[in-house]
Amino acid sequence: MAKKKIDESTVQLNGKTITVSSGPVGVYRTAGSVVFDVFNYLIIGLVALTTVLPIIYIVFNSFATELELQTRPMFIIPNTWSLSAYQYIFASNKLLRSFGNSVFITVFGTLINLFFTVTFAYPLSKKFLRGRKFWLNMVIISMFFSGGMIPGYIVVSSWLGMRGTYWALLLPGAISAYNMMIVKNFFQGIPQELEESANLDGCNDLSTLIRIVLPLSLPVLATFGLFYAVGHWNAYFGAMIYLTDDKMYPLQLILRNIIVTAESAAGDMSLMDPNFVEPPKQSIKMAVIVVATVPIMCIYPFLQKYFVKGVMVGALKG
Amino acid sequence: MDLLKNKWLYIMMIPGIIYFILFKYLPMWGVIIAFEDYSPFLGPLKSAWKGLYWFQRFFATRKWVDYLSNTLILSVMSIVLTFPAPIILALMLNEIRNMHYKKVTQTLLYVPHFISIVIVVSITYVIFGADGIIYKLTTQLLGRSIDYLGDPAVFRWMIVGQNIWKETGWGTIIFLAALTNVDTQLYEAAMIDGANRGQRLWHITLPAIRSTIVLLLVLRMGSVLDTGYEHLILMSNSLNRSVSQTLDVFVYQNGIQSGQYSYTTAVGLMKSLVSVIMVVSANKIAHALGEEGLY
Repeated sequence: MAKKKIDESTVQLNGKTITVSSGPVGVYRTAGSVVFDVFNYLIIGLVALTTVLPIIYIVFNSFATELELQTRPMFIIPNTWSLSAYQYIFASNKLLRSFGNSVFITVFGTLINLFFTVTFAYPLSKKFLRGRKFWLNMVIISMFFSGGMIPGYIVVSSWLGMRGTYWALLLPGAISAYNMMIVKNFFQGIPQELEESANLDGCNDLSTLIRIVLPLSLPVLATFGLFYAVGHWNAYFGAMIYLTDDKMYPLQLILRNIIVTAESAAGDMSLMDPNFVEPPKQSIKMAVIVVATVPIMCIYPFLQKYFVKGVMVGALKG
Repeated sequence: MDLLKNKWLYIMMIPGIIYFILFKYLPMWGVIIAFEDYSPFLGPLKSAWKGLYWFQRFFATRKWVDYLSNTLILSVMSIVLTFPAPIILALMLNEIRNMHYKKVTQTLLYVPHFISIVIVVSITYVIFGADGIIYKLTTQLLGRSIDYLGDPAVFRWMIVGQNIWKETGWGTIIFLAALTNVDTQLYEAAMIDGANRGQRLWHITLPAIRSTIVLLLVLRMGSVLDTGYEHLILMSNSLNRSVSQTLDVFVYQNGIQSGQYSYTTAVGLMKSLVSVIMVVSANKIAHALGEEGLY
């Protein structure tokens, strides 16, 4: 639909001056309208601030000394800067190891996600494929009905014997039905002629997918790759119920253990004195939160570039 | 012939088919253990058949009323409070004319969506706990302290508050996307006809996102018994047990933690059935109201 664009211009109507602009925001310049604008800008600014203020607070306070945290009532920027909390949490290799585990799970998990999603979405995007309707229905039903938490847990841990291995974290979520449907719809939108000419040039369906379709789908794959990656990085529940060896724990689970169940942050040190586990100090909790959040903040610019697009694709279909 | 010509397509489908069978349909078949006395050693085929025993047992405990009411109260609270929040915020963002300001605030508003629930709860522990800044602040202001993490009266507000903080900004995207499809000529025509801002909002902007609202509401109805157990089990403790025990949490604690697989599968099955019924009936209502709904 072509949108008529009118930039701001003034029109005389019934003796009143109207500022007309495109969009819902062209206004009578009435007092009420101006007051509304002021409050609207103010409230949105405040809301935006509340979303990031807790994070900023935690980041700055993690660099404060424990003494300052205990004695100074309320502050955001510390008087004395200190790295002692970070030195403490990196003194044992518990946190570093779990960081490495999380990176491993995220990278491999995302590759598995993309492989499974693409290889299933591509054949299903071909309308001539036999049995397509059947498999599509199978996917859609699974979006609305599931066996529930316990049968899923039993299947993965006992029937498939994945308990205690990373497979239990990597495979059960390999395809998000919703994401796969969007990728399928995107493949359907690629002009059929491109693929046919590749076929004439001697490409089979596999090499057409790799050489023609995937390069055209890079933005979509980047979007869903990022979604999947964030999901893996942020997950703790699977690790909590399936993993048996705490050397394999990802960062989020370690964070949960330190803060929610007040476990010592220097796990290996508590081994030396099993009778005395000091609850982690405020500054140490904050430092662990920062370490777990930093990677997400690092890829946030990329997320920002792609995710709105990804949601839009879904929204337009829906 | 078709098999040969498209052999690569069929080969490609194999991993996906295996995935759906193993991880989606095998668990669906696995609900059979709700009718058995499942023993991991005997397996689902050899375990003793129990019929509806576990269902009867659940309703005989009388505790089920608590689980159900905890679930429904939390769910209704979060629908009433969290559902409208992104709509209101999207409408407010839509009225912003300074594109630079809009972009900056949106960038900030989307951040919490990508932060894990563990981190959200951890931040809550740190700032609402006994050493936390909010705890100290409200203690000073009110002259008495509020136990944010233990008091059952505050528990639900904390859960809803965390959800609003985390998902409101992200939730605006879908409405803002719907709003970009509105023909700007409608607004111009309305302005020439003398409609003020409120009237334009009511007669043009809101109808434009009406079907999106209905669609999301139908979907939300399907998860009316889901309380986000990954979130709840992080926030629940011995002090707030009386309100934090929802059906989800019950299934997790008695199933995965205590190993009563058959019993909790029966409870989970009832939950799944209710959610299917809810989606179907919400969709019917949407149709009756002249909306497109989900399907």
